[in-house]
Parts: sequence; C-alpha cells; structure tokens
Amino acid sequence: MASSTLSGARRVQRVRRQLPTSPWLFAAPGLLITGIFILYPFVSTLVNAFTDRRTLIPGKFVGLANFRELLHDDMFWIGLRNSTLYVLGVVPALVLLPLLLALLVQKNIPGITFFRSAFYTPVVASIVVVGLIWVWLLDERGLINSLLEGIGVGRVGFLSDQWLLLLSAMAVTVWKGLGYYMIIYLAALANVPRELHEAAAVDGAGAVRRFVTVTVPAVRSTMVLVGALSSVAAFKVFSEVYLMAGPSGGPAGEDTTLVMLVQRTGTGLTGRVGYASALSVVVFVVTVALMLLVLRADRREET
Amino acid sequence: MSVAEKVRPVQAPVPAREPRVTDEHGRRIRVWELVLRYVLLLAVLALTVGPFLWQLSTSLKGPTEDIYSSPPSFLPGHPTLHNYERVANTIPVWDYAFNSLKVAAANVVTNCVGSALAGYALARLRYRGRRVATLVFILAMLVPVEGIIIAQFTTMRELGLNNTLVGVVLPGCIAAMNVLLMRNAFLNLPYEIEEAAYVDGANAWQRFLRIALPSVRGTLAVVAIFAFMGAWDDFLWPLIVLSDPSKFTLTIGLNYLHGTFANDERLVAAGTVIAVAPLIALFACLQRYFFRGVGEGAVKG
Repeated sequence: MASSTLSGARRVQRVRRQLPTSPWLFAAPGLLITGIFILYPFVSTLVNAFTDRRTLIPGKFVGLANFRELLHDDMFWIGLRNSTLYVLGVVPALVLLPLLLALLVQKNIPGITFFRSAFYTPVVASIVVVGLIWVWLLDERGLINSLLEGIGVGRVGFLSDQWLLLLSAMAVTVWKGLGYYMIIYLAALANVPRELHEAAAVDGAGAVRRFVTVTVPAVRSTMVLVGALSSVAAFKVFSEVYLMAGPSGGPAGEDTTLVMLVQRTGTGLTGRVGYASALSVVVFVVTVALMLLVLRADRREET
Repeated sequence: MSVAEKVRPVQAPVPAREPRVTDEHGRRIRVWELVLRYVLLLAVLALTVGPFLWQLSTSLKGPTEDIYSSPPSFLPGHPTLHNYERVANTIPVWDYAFNSLKVAAANVVTNCVGSALAGYALARLRYRGRRVATLVFILAMLVPVEGIIIAQFTTMRELGLNNTLVGVVLPGCIAAMNVLLMRNAFLNLPYEIEEAAYVDGANAWQRFLRIALPSVRGTLAVVAIFAFMGAWDDFLWPLIVLSDPSKFTLTIGLNYLHGTFANDERLVAAGTVIAVAPLIALFACLQRYFFRGVGEGAVKG
C-alpha cells in the first residue's frame, strides 16, 4: 500500500512535468473567488475599521476613533445586548430539544420516515418565508392570539412589546433549527451501543435516568458541536429580527441586533463603511471567542 | 416477526393480545409507549408543519371571508386562487421567481464545477503550494460572512457589479466548504484505479472527468442541492447588493411586499407559498441528499 502510493506520487509528478499548469488551472477558479470575495473583504474590513471611509468617500486613517465611538454608542450596546441574549436564549434550546426530538424519531415504528421528513420542512424554507409565516401567526389578530383568546388568556402583543418580540424571534430561530440539529443527533445516536442501554435497564434505570447516564454522555461531543454551531449562528442573527421587528429594530430600535446595526450603518449611499467595519470586527472577535469558549468547556469536562 | 418471540428477561411480561410492533432491535414496544410516541409525533407535526398549512389556508381565503375569526376557521370556506392573481398584479412576482431561479441555477453550476475542480486539485494533484491552497479554503470557511458583508458590498461597487444578479451570485459561487467537501470525497476514493488509468496514458483532465468525478456523484448532488437551497433562500446579501426593484429575487420581493402591504395578510400569504413551494417539492423528491448534506456539512462546519 505504502509503496504503491509512493510510486503513484512519483508518476503523478511526471504528469506534472507534462502538464505544468494543470493543477493550478484546477484550483484557480476556487482560489480566485475565495481570494476576491472572502479573504480580500476580510482584510479590508480589518483595515477599514481604522478609517472613516464612507460608501462614496475613500476615507483616511483615524486610529481607534471608531472603537472609541462604539463605547459611547447606545445603539452598539443595545445590539451587543440583544445578540448576546439571543445566544443565551437560543443555544440551550437548540442543544436539548433536537436531541429529545431525535430520540422520538429514532425508533423505526411505522410511518417514522414521514415524520422525520416533516420535522425537517422548516429547515428547507427560506428564513424570509418562515419569518413572515410567524409574523402572521403572532399578529395581534392572528391564529395564536385567537386561540389564546379562545381559552381565556386574552390577546398578547407578541410583536409590539420589546422583550416579547425578541423572545418570539428566538422561538422562530429554534423552530427553524430543530430539524437540522435533529438529523445531526440521529447520526450520533445510531452510534450509541445498545448494550449500554440494556445494561442500564438491567440495573433498573428508568427512561430519564438512562437519558442522563447513557444517552447524554454518549452524544456529548455532538452536543458540543451543536452548541458551537448554534451559538455562532445565534450571535450573528439578522433575518428573524429584521423581519419580525422591522428594519429599524422594533420600538425605538430596542430590538436591533449587532448584525442589523452593521447592515443599517454600512450600506446605502451614505453608509459609514469605516464604523460598520469596526462593528464587524466586534462580530468577529465575539464569534471566535464563543467557539473557543465552547471547545474549551468541552476539554475541561473531558479531563 | 419471529424475532418478537425472543423476549428478553428484563422486559416485563406483556399480555398476549398486544400487537407485535417491534423496534429496530427486534424488541417489542409496549402499546402504551407506542401510543405515547404517536401522540408526541403528531403534536410535533402540528407544530412544525401546521404553520405552513395555516399560511396555505390563509392564501386560499377569499376577500369576503373573515381571516381573523375567533375561533379560527382552519379551512377556507370557498377556496380561491384570487390572492395569487393579486400578488402578480401587485409585484412582478413571477419575474422575481425567475430571478431567484437564475441565481440558484448559476450557483449550482459554479459550485459544482468550481469545487469539484479545486477539490480534485487539493486531493490528487501534487504541486507546490497545495498545503497553502488547502489552508486558504479552510480559513475562508471560518470567516463569518455577516462580518465581511459591508466589505463585500464595497468590493462589488468597485467592480461595478452591485445591483446585478451576477453580483448576487459571485461571493458564494464557489463556497470554500464545498471545495473541502469535494476534496474529502476525492480523498476517500481508492487511488489504484486512477493509477491504472495513468499507466494507460490518461492525463489529469481525463482521470478527473472519466474516473474520479463519476465516483463522487453523491457528494456532488449534495453540493448541488445545498447550493440551490442556499441561493434560493438567501436574504441578507441580496438585500444589501440589490436596490433596483426590477432585479429583486423572491426573498427580497417578499420582504418588500411585507413592508408595503403588511396588513394584507392574504396577499403576503400567497407570496410566501409561491416562494416555499418549489423547495418543499425539491425536498420531497431528494430527501436523502438533504439529510446526507446535514451530516457532511456538520462535520466540516
């Protein structure tokens, strides 16, 4: 095996001499697109953060002025607060609920493939469609309020109260993400040896006990993965809140998230590219910090 | 069903007239557990699919029917397609759908071709700088798109491509994650076949096209489906790059419809049904690739 790949390598090297450009031709389109539209914008975001560049004005170096301005910008703190709350609200639900859902659809009982697919439908739909469906469901006169009125609770202003709006948006994010993480957990659960469950059952452990002592430890690394993926996504939330609270971020802009602020500040003909880039840098830093935090929590638990 | 006879001693004795439904390990599931499972499944079904059906129902309700009634009427009294006509008269919804289709189709082609080529180069072709090239794609995958969207917008302006559909497609047209997915797929192929082809005188292009590519069709299908869905569903980037209403994609058009005619629920409902129906149809036909993509994407992502 080793010798065959070695000689293979040598032969391929001979091909390289025949077609000196072809490897780069193969990789060129991907490298070009990635370079121009991902890496160059990344570097230019880091550079622009230290300038007062606007959409139509090149701008000049201003040092840390943008970051100093951030500290005194109420809107920035509102955005940071809401995006952080979003992580705290959404991540526990998205780590736990899809796992329970996966356990529910794991057994091959009749019709189960239909249920699995049906539960995945919200993942397939565009976030715009999902947002508008829920705007109508949660409307002052919508379905949920008429049901609530029917059982005597009365109508609730899901979309008019600042905090209820944020909570509703979180619920929509969880609703849309359930099926996606359910599939990830299903793959992980398939690898849990059933002897573990049987041994626990012999020891007289009930369903809850077995969940805590067998299932959770067995899929722990998947839970960490889901935690990392969902926390990064939650911090960058844009569409749900944008659609449900409106472009200006709800009553007095109190529901603005950090990425909504980036979008509002940096786009259009009067966009403050420099300042929006400084906001973006905060998004980078928190995103990386969140990933490191989750992974580190994982390692500490392991030891 | 004979496996059901092998009742394990740990299981409580069960009445003989119980139907013999067994789980994937051949163990009998008790009736009360089965009933509980189906009750829960139906409850979750109502929660996940119900909202779509309510939207469909709203879109089919005529102008005289009360859509705010309490208790709500779940089925339209006199189903009508009137609202779909009205959407088309209010915004050029079919043009928007066509724009979305163009963007999604272009995204599929560029991602499949671009990531298969680059993935093959990373996996198979020996050349100096291959490690650097791999690292470039790994780094690019880690960059959060939301964080560079303003710079992408200014880049697009510099290229004169803002407010065009080409500008909508370009930034994601060869996604780094797809390149790495294809690279892994090629790495998992046995090398010997390509070696044999090399001995027979096949060059890199021939080995790529005739041997390697047909063997990774499954991964290619996953890339294609997620490229289509990603482009069709995308919101933030087209919202930033498109300003001319005649160039809108469906998601941006829907947002515009919602912003302008928010109180016309039947109209918005019809618009959302138009936007979501094609994807639900696609999903219904190609489910296993959707599920496979989740697994492969999560491992990379």
